[in-house]
Amino acid sequence: MRYLPLTQPDREAMLATIGAADIDALFADVPDSARLTAPIAGLPMHAPEMLVERQLAAMAAKNLTAGTVPFFVGAGAYKHHVPATVDHIIQRGEFLTAYTPYQPEIAQGTLQVLFEFQTQVARLLGMEVANASMYDGSTAMTEAVFMARRVTRRAKAIVSGGVHPHYVSVLQTLTQFTDDVVVTATPELTPGAPGDDLASLIAAIDATTSCVIVQNPNLFGHVADLTPLADACHAAGALLIVVVTEVVSLGAIKSPGEMGADIVVGEGQSIGNGLNFGGPYLGLFACRDKHVRQMPGRLCGETVDADGKRGFVLTLSTREQHIRREKATSNICTNSGLCALAFSVHLTLLGEQGLRQLAALNHARAVQLAERLARIPGVELVTTQFFNEFTLKLPVAARSVVRKLADRQVLAGVSLGRLYPGVAALENGLLVAVTETATDADFDALEDALDEVLA
Amino acid sequence: MSMNNQGRVTRLSGEPMAELPGGVTFTGNRGLMLEEPLLFERGATTRCGVDLPPVPVVQDRLGGLARSAEIGLPGLSEPETVRHYTRLSRQNYGIDLGIFPLGSCTMKHNPRLNEKMARLPGFADIHPMQPQSTVQGALQLIDTLAHWLKTLTGMPEVAMSPKAGAHGELCGMLAIRAALEARGDARKVVLVPESAHGTNPATAAFCGYAVENIPANARGRVDVDALLARLGPDVAAVMITNPNTCGLFEPDLIQICDAVHAAGGFVYCDGANFNAIVGRVRPGDLGVDAMHINLHKTFSTPHGGGGPGSGPVVFSAALAPFAPLPFVRKAGDALELVEEYQARESQDHGQSFGRMVAFHGQMGMFVRALAYILSHGADGLRQVAEDAVLNANYILASLKDLYTAPFAASGPCMHEALFSDDFLHDTGLTTLDLAKAMIDEGFHPMTMYFPLVVHGAMLVEPTETESKASLDQLIGAMRSVATRMLADPDAFRSSPHLAPRRRLDETAAARKPVLGYKEPLGEAA
Amino acid sequence: MTRYYTDEHEWLDVDGDIATVGITDYAQGQLGDVVFVEVPPAGTALVKGTEAAVVESVKAASDVYAPVSGTVTEANPALEGEPALVNTAPEAEGWFFKLTLANPAELDGLMDAAAYQAFVATL
Repeated sequence: MRYLPLTQPDREAMLATIGAADIDALFADVPDSARLTAPIAGLPMHAPEMLVERQLAAMAAKNLTAGTVPFFVGAGAYKHHVPATVDHIIQRGEFLTAYTPYQPEIAQGTLQVLFEFQTQVARLLGMEVANASMYDGSTAMTEAVFMARRVTRRAKAIVSGGVHPHYVSVLQTLTQFTDDVVVTATPELTPGAPGDDLASLIAAIDATTSCVIVQNPNLFGHVADLTPLADACHAAGALLIVVVTEVVSLGAIKSPGEMGADIVVGEGQSIGNGLNFGGPYLGLFACRDKHVRQMPGRLCGETVDADGKRGFVLTLSTREQHIRREKATSNICTNSGLCALAFSVHLTLLGEQGLRQLAALNHARAVQLAERLARIPGVELVTTQFFNEFTLKLPVAARSVVRKLADRQVLAGVSLGRLYPGVAALENGLLVAVTETATDADFDALEDALDEVLA
Repeated sequence: MSMNNQGRVTRLSGEPMAELPGGVTFTGNRGLMLEEPLLFERGATTRCGVDLPPVPVVQDRLGGLARSAEIGLPGLSEPETVRHYTRLSRQNYGIDLGIFPLGSCTMKHNPRLNEKMARLPGFADIHPMQPQSTVQGALQLIDTLAHWLKTLTGMPEVAMSPKAGAHGELCGMLAIRAALEARGDARKVVLVPESAHGTNPATAAFCGYAVENIPANARGRVDVDALLARLGPDVAAVMITNPNTCGLFEPDLIQICDAVHAAGGFVYCDGANFNAIVGRVRPGDLGVDAMHINLHKTFSTPHGGGGPGSGPVVFSAALAPFAPLPFVRKAGDALELVEEYQARESQDHGQSFGRMVAFHGQMGMFVRALAYILSHGADGLRQVAEDAVLNANYILASLKDLYTAPFAASGPCMHEALFSDDFLHDTGLTTLDLAKAMIDEGFHPMTMYFPLVVHGAMLVEPTETESKASLDQLIGAMRSVATRMLADPDAFRSSPHLAPRRRLDETAAARKPVLGYKEPLGEAA
Repeated sequence: MTRYYTDEHEWLDVDGDIATVGITDYAQGQLGDVVFVEVPPAGTALVKGTEAAVVESVKAASDVYAPVSGTVTEANPALEGEPALVNTAPEAEGWFFKLTLANPAELDGLMDAAAYQAFVATL
């Protein structure tokens, strides 16, 4: 048992020090009826590393990996190239095997990283202050709605139909037993502006509205100017919450902060983190300075030590559950620290110049592919202003097309039928995401396969 | 012969070592202890550590929303990046450096096989929305881990998607609330022992419940009489940690569960301390209705300086129908990920309370946890609990004559040993001072000031992955520090002296928060 | 002007039907360095015994209860920028808020300075 250092003589010597006859004596408080007298049935005995590796590798081998096929799947998780340096840094034991930095004198590494991360995130989102991360974009969005309720002392949240339906589901789950009122809409594939319901959102705002939640680019890839919506929110005393699920877009398009958002949440997976079948991911959360005390999650702040040297500590902790308990701003404790480190390292490698070039590359490649696919007979490009993801309307239900393309070893995207089961008006929609990882050969393969399947 | 006349002294002179002149260095570094400026002081927006292909020229389709203003993101070349983060890493303590005896955190060794497996492209490079036919191996992994978690806990159902312990608590409490609502029972109160983790009351409040505290008894356990007396038709649930946050098994938990059920409520068990009993006790046999499992504690996935974790929740048969989406089930020869609300109409999960996260949970942690379970096997996991408990009791036995051990008289502890700073009372020193002195000794301190039921609490959890030699060194240091503190208190009022930083001014940090870097006036990023 | 004290370690200076409320020197000593004070905005109607303000140190947050019922007329604007006033001048410049008394009879149950000092001596 390679992870257990105690030897049998050690155990006997320690039991003697304790004054216990045997190990069972230490479990004296466990009722007899609940004691297992033998190892758990069915689970094999301990195994060599080689054997475990073989078992898991066999499972891994059954999956079709993104890097081996033409790959255009997005809808909230994106395949970007992650530099080798990122994984090297996050595997350093001092980062990987550290705890939450509650002892700042011996956690300055983690703390300075968090301070830099908060600064990077705030600037990327165009906001004043960002926290040290949440679980993922969807839970960050829900926390934002609760924060807006605390700030405005109102309980009605209006959600755009352009928000990722899984995010909306999470919000509905977590508000079903609270006093929050969540108003949702079913999106429409409006040619040119799918999922864009800014006008009806503005019309729906009233004196009881705590916040309006929009995604930009929205689920369908559509990019919108949110400034009029922000103005309408502020005129009514409500907050504008903007969700960003593809943060690389912020290297190309105006930030939510520039458009007047009060809270910006995001899924940070795109930078520094792999697809990982959905997790672990990285929730981003940023707001205005004036609302910082209503923010959920950890915050790292700058200070000095007893010798006057600059140092960093976790701060404003009275918002958090370990101090405020049932009055805390959130119950979150463990967050996504190591994913935040990966994000920060990747963004440091990119820098502003690299991020802008990466974003420009994603956009240009997406435009190229969109224009090619729109020429396939029966295929309509629904999204006309987008970043790196767009919606196609196919002549048939997209879900079966995606499956047929997968059988041809092409991962074409996400069908709206999977995201909106039962909504007939959306079932022909296909979301196609294009990143820097897709080659010309991948484009050819998708175009040919789609042509063939639709023929 | 040719003589090397560039020779240098290799013997010590015999003279005593002189202090560093002036006590300062030009760089501020002290040998291998290297200072590192902020990224924003080092980098430039024009510097880049990646090479990207050229951008094809196209007519943009950004709808006039191109970002024009400078963002302010400095970059570094690759070597500078590696050095920046490597230098920062060296200002951190980690399990890889030494024992990390943080009570209630289970900081055990993180096996590197787990890291290797999680990085297999077949797990790391698959998208959560790929067609299910292309991810059968991933679904098999989730299903296999789910099976072993159910087996190890003796519970019939598990929800895999919660992202951390507190998120698992939320999942469990939402299921309880859903079950109560389904029978039209609008209970409003959740009982939480005063020794509970802060996440428990915060979670209950998140679900719309009023929280009432249940006191501890003199033996560090839940005051069963007080708890039973409070039960009634308004109590939705009791949230209880077992082993509890004092590191003690709740011997009356079966009786408590029976009484709560008889009163129409549910029992949520905080499983943060499952490491003490894994393989020896199945919580299902105690009668609990829901329990989260911190994969980043018991099942060895790394804590990463704050996360990510993973908090699957096991459910009793009474709560199983309310478990969240998505879930994996067998469909003929294949596995199916059920993620749609139509699932509500199907037999299993017919009353699911909904979705907790955008996708399917912490796959990266699932791979690591399964690698750990398969490595240890049935015999190894049982040994994990035994060695974890043995190590904690060894520490308790070795320190209780010197340190105040408030519950030592009531028998052995489980996986963590609880002390208080009462023995320091006359010195004016506190738990904080002792913790900081342990930093100078080269250790990460124990958990301080938790649980709240003990004044100046020190909660020591060694875990099973420490050798006897490692424990003996920790015990030796804790005895030496305590002895010296009692003899010469003034020498310890400003510890630590030897860490990368001295005590930090947390008051200043909170009064005038500086939460991000701002360029000095007149400088751009 | 008369000064009253509560067993929750608040003080009140009553001048006509206006009371100025703060926390006592003893209370600030127990709290440690105060880093933030959240006071109720003018116009807030307070009921005796309910939460009125929050005072935070680095590692703790404490609720301050309304010692009497009334409507807040003014919150101390200095506390936002300088919460340390609660430590340096708790019973003077570090006052929390003023309110109009809804029910002056509620003052009857409160302590005077001597009674409060005797009370603190028992803690």
